[in-house]
Amino acid sequence: MNTMLEIKELCVDFNDKNILRGVNLTIQAGEVHAIMGPNGSGKSTLVNLLAGRAGYQVTAGQVLFQGEDLLPMQPEERAKAGIFLGFQYPVEIPGISNALFMKTALNAQRRHQHLAEMEAMDFRSHTRKMAKSLGLEDGLLLRPVNVGFSGGEKKRNELFQMMILQPCLAILDEIDSGLDIDALVTVASGINALRTPQRSILMVTHYQRLLNDVVPDRVHVMMDGRIVLTGSKDLAMELEEKGYGWLAGAGQ
Amino acid sequence: MNATAPLSGLISRSYKHGFVTQIASDTLFPGLNEETIRIISTKKREPEFMLNWRLTAYRHWLSLQEPNWSSVRYEPIDYQAISYYSAPQSDKNRPHSMEEVDPELLATYAKLGIPLDERMALAGVAVDAVFDSISVITTFQEKLARQGIIFCSFSQAVRDHPELVQRYLGSVVPYMDNYFAALNAAVFSDGSFCYIPEGVRCPMELSTYFRINEARTGQFERTLIIADKNSHVSYLEGCTAPQRDTHQLHAAVVELVALEGAEIKYSTVQNWYPGDAMGRGGIYNFVTKRGDCRGDRSRISWTQVETGSAITWKYPSVILRGDDTVGRFQSVAVTRNHQQADTGTKMIHIGRNTSSVILSKGISAGHGHNAYRGLVKILAGAEEARNYSQCDSLLLSDTCSAHTYPYIEVKNPTAHVEHEASTSRISEDQLFYCRQRGLNTEESVSLIVNGFCQAVFRELPMEFAVEAKKLLEVSLEGSIG
Repeated sequence: MNTMLEIKELCVDFNDKNILRGVNLTIQAGEVHAIMGPNGSGKSTLVNLLAGRAGYQVTAGQVLFQGEDLLPMQPEERAKAGIFLGFQYPVEIPGISNALFMKTALNAQRRHQHLAEMEAMDFRSHTRKMAKSLGLEDGLLLRPVNVGFSGGEKKRNELFQMMILQPCLAILDEIDSGLDIDALVTVASGINALRTPQRSILMVTHYQRLLNDVVPDRVHVMMDGRIVLTGSKDLAMELEEKGYGWLAGAGQ
Repeated sequence: MNATAPLSGLISRSYKHGFVTQIASDTLFPGLNEETIRIISTKKREPEFMLNWRLTAYRHWLSLQEPNWSSVRYEPIDYQAISYYSAPQSDKNRPHSMEEVDPELLATYAKLGIPLDERMALAGVAVDAVFDSISVITTFQEKLARQGIIFCSFSQAVRDHPELVQRYLGSVVPYMDNYFAALNAAVFSDGSFCYIPEGVRCPMELSTYFRINEARTGQFERTLIIADKNSHVSYLEGCTAPQRDTHQLHAAVVELVALEGAEIKYSTVQNWYPGDAMGRGGIYNFVTKRGDCRGDRSRISWTQVETGSAITWKYPSVILRGDDTVGRFQSVAVTRNHQQADTGTKMIHIGRNTSSVILSKGISAGHGHNAYRGLVKILAGAEEARNYSQCDSLLLSDTCSAHTYPYIEVKNPTAHVEHEASTSRISEDQLFYCRQRGLNTEESVSLIVNGFCQAVFRELPMEFAVEAKKLLEVSLEGSIG
């Protein structure tokens, strides 16, 4: 089995505050991991750091992506290497259609892979089915990126982008927040459709609900900047019942 | 790392059109007096009414003070140090076809990316090219003439169609209008002239490219477009200049006349040399552009993409004189390094049921200074006038500035006037979102800025929209720090 991601004793500061305090996490190719944990435990810091957002200082530790040191890489290099972040709050880009945005992104990646760029017409026929499988209307592709999208449309649009880009490692940051039950089912089946023996998925979630439909190989609990407990999907059920209080002080 | 670090690198690229063409030219000694004007008029073999008009304008100009109300700042201009006429010498034997044009000149236009040849026919563009002071060649004159369309250099129009020139010249921008308009009227060297007869829809985009080549010359061109009843024309001008470390003056006048039911769309892609990173050199672009919706139901639309010039001072305006007339102004203005722009529009509502739309997008980077200045004036007789104005500014650095000066004067209670304005930084979140999808910083900025300008680009003819987007990319490209 190939190791997709290996995080070793990672310590990270943000705004001069110690947020991550020695995170260890290994994800193999084809695995789906979920990270749960109370607000402020460092989940968002971890996913933003993995995607290369500016402003985080790594004070100790190491992150290896497919065996390579990830930390010196620019965000776009990470994206081209196959890391995808599904944003908790997708950003609006007025004046640029969703279709143009994704075609530009896909072609940036195809250039990196020495493939021919895709023309607009080919792109549209290539993506039409994907959009449909997520219940996204065709018109949504022609609207400016995320502008005026409902909460559910934004999240499904993130998944749509993931389908187009076919990443090796997808990090989904609260992809289930703000979704109604129907939308949750659509999103879950979208994620399941993207599970392959080669692709790894790291989901950050507050709710066990998503994990009923997308059954993870591992569930981690993050508290105070550390992963304090790792288990199977049953751990998510237990957390749903008992909350996080009983874990206070664990892993110290 | 913060968002401004890579951005500051983006705005430091150099000017692409900064070459000088070695052409033997006939350039007048610097200096301005009545004799200068007589020489210009004689060289152009003008009828007497033209010379008289010039001289009257000159005498009026002498009585004026240079305006200082705008927000731009510059060293005083020495009007005696400028040469007021420069022509490539080959003008003595004017070219009659493409084959006769000086190859150096054609190479210049090729460098500028202007395909001044038969390919233009396929693109549906007829070009009038103004090099320094004179119009070098006008393509497709014959084809246009078959429909009665006159498209030629201003000088030719003065000689061949004096009745049209005399009737309309100065009827929109009179010589006493302002300091630079008076100067232009006195010394204007050439420009484009266009007449679309009644009921004719001009079959191709008409286009003029202006180029300042000689050092220490000023360029004072004058464009006059007349759209007769129920005619339609779309017109584009493009501008570049070589890179020089002294400032050069460009003081143009554009007059548009739309008669009953006529429509004129005027698009500008202005890329004069903006000066270097320290603010040395660059064109002073002091331009008066105005359209007159003279007949009922006529429409005039100005679309401009301004990326060049050290200083831009221009307010393309529409006088909504006829009833049910429509005026539009759509602008993208980019300032970077030490560029200053004070630009906007005037919409003067006179007729009944007139409407105007103003859409201004300002982008500032480096130490750029970008000001929108607009006047919406609704006169007492303008029943049911409508105006909608939207002014958005995008800031790309901590050292640039954006200002909005809207002036609204309403004399009629039935008027509806709306004004919206916004100023925003290019956001780190947007940049990161794009980069996370695999676009580098440059591509990301370009995409976001393009989106910001989309509503204006949509108004440009297709091929020029592509050109404008490229120009914008080039304007913002550079090494990433």
